[in-house]
Amino acid sequence: MLGREKLGGKMFNRKMFNRNVTRRIARHGLAIAVTVLLGGLLSATLVRLAPGFDTDEAQLDPHLNSASVQALRQARLEQHNIFRFYLHSLQRAVHGDLGTSISLGQPVSVLLRQRAPLTMRLVGIGLLLSWAVAMALALSAAWLRASAYDTLTTVISGTFLCIPAAVLALLSVLWNAPGALAIGLIVFPQVYRYARNLLAKAYALPHIITARAKGLSRLRILFWHVIPVAGPQLLAVAGVSVSLAVGAAIPVEALCGLAGVGQLAWQAALARDLPLLTNLTILVTLVTLLANSGADVIGHMLRGQES
Amino acid sequence: MSLGVFRLHDGIRSMNFWRTLACVVLLLAVSLSLAANWLAPAGYAKQYRDATDAAPSRQHWLGTDEIGRDRFARVLYGTRISLLLAPAAALLSTLMAALVGGLAGYLGGAWARAAMAVTDLCLSLPWLFLLITVRAVLPLNVTPLVSVLVTFLMLGLLGWTSAARVLCSTAGSLRDSDFVRQARASGIRSARLFWIHVLPNLKPVLYAQFWISIPAFILSEANLGILGLGVAEPMPSWGSLLKELEGLVSVGEEPWKFVPLVLLVVVVTSFQLVLSRQDEAAA
Repeated sequence: MLGREKLGGKMFNRKMFNRNVTRRIARHGLAIAVTVLLGGLLSATLVRLAPGFDTDEAQLDPHLNSASVQALRQARLEQHNIFRFYLHSLQRAVHGDLGTSISLGQPVSVLLRQRAPLTMRLVGIGLLLSWAVAMALALSAAWLRASAYDTLTTVISGTFLCIPAAVLALLSVLWNAPGALAIGLIVFPQVYRYARNLLAKAYALPHIITARAKGLSRLRILFWHVIPVAGPQLLAVAGVSVSLAVGAAIPVEALCGLAGVGQLAWQAALARDLPLLTNLTILVTLVTLLANSGADVIGHMLRGQES
Repeated sequence: MSLGVFRLHDGIRSMNFWRTLACVVLLLAVSLSLAANWLAPAGYAKQYRDATDAAPSRQHWLGTDEIGRDRFARVLYGTRISLLLAPAAALLSTLMAALVGGLAGYLGGAWARAAMAVTDLCLSLPWLFLLITVRAVLPLNVTPLVSVLVTFLMLGLLGWTSAARVLCSTAGSLRDSDFVRQARASGIRSARLFWIHVLPNLKPVLYAQFWISIPAFILSEANLGILGLGVAEPMPSWGSLLKELEGLVSVGEEPWKFVPLVLLVVVVTSFQLVLSRQDEAAA
């Protein structure tokens, strides 16, 4: 009887948990959709209000007759209303048309297809490197619990935190180091700082102090008690680190001469190519939002399983 | 127990030592940059055409750049621009954060939700992408002075979001505190309550956010400057001075070109050391 009640309770908890996860995913999905729509409106407004929007080089083509020029002017006039212009852009985006780059004269979707793989590889390897270094330092500092070593690791990460990302990119060019290493070095101090603080907080928890007092080995405390506590929060840091790495791709690709999305954004900024730049920004925002939401949902699931 | 107290004392003493040292370094950097007119009377734009790309000498302590401008003068004037305008931008962003975050947290409900939705939208944009997008919208071909103001104004106007989030939650907890409830029950008007009772209690958070923003803005300006989207020539800033590193072939070849980088790292580190642990916790 008691067993059946227990089983019923467990099933009820499981149902509640599943419902919570679904609700959380739906909330994140809604937030992403609203952010992208609002971001799109903001971008369309920027493009629409940018100087030179009303002028079209095609109107100066001597081969066009007056009716064609008039038709071009009429088409521009129809885009004067920001909301109508936004709706047009949105409709085109739904069909995969993200507009045409002013400076490069190519469709934005084609440019993205060409450049995204390199950026994804750079950011991916950079993130792996940054997490490997940050976790190695944070875990060793937490495991050794020696203040001299803790100070040393903090000084190392603090020094990298005080160097501009673009300088690290320049130094990587100078030393012929791969761009992914530069991204790793830009992101690692931030990850280390969060990871170290989370591990330090976990070590101060009463049940871990009790475990230490009972004489459990350091390794057992670290892997059985500390990491499960800090894990879900570390996942949230993983989401944030994606945003940091994507941001770091701009100086690294621009200064290392790597033809990725970061370099494209930099070129677009220099050429004031707003359609390209705003599309890139929205796509990057979408990627970072997905990473953050994914980290949050997985963290929630882990916490739920633990409880 | 006594050993613990001694350790605590030692810790506080060593922390105070580093904070004092950081304050001294910052004071020294500000004083030197303010004395630039006396230390380098020729100015940052004067060209010595017979000594282009020269090594350090008695006339040019840090050598000259590729068009013959004295690097020492440019470092002093660049330090002045970065050290005066980054705190100004930090002040602007902190005030905006206080206004948006503080007020939203104090009012609560739909106001807080709306303000935090806007904040989340801004926070989800990677910082450098946001900066270069907004910088590209603003005119790039402006006078050097306007470019300086545009760069730091942009940093100030865009950098308030994370601070607003912290202030919103702090103001939200103050709204539910006993003394605010009592003040409200006594019939004090909302505006007066916010101005007299809530805002002064947000001071530690505002102070910490202000100090945290300064190094972040210095680093952002440096990144923009190196990418050619910051302060325009011939005006020097740490970003434009670091752009010189682009032409280096090896580190040991012209080590004096690293002086601006060393100065930037020392100053940014000092700003981070000035914040005490309590201030960091408040932020």
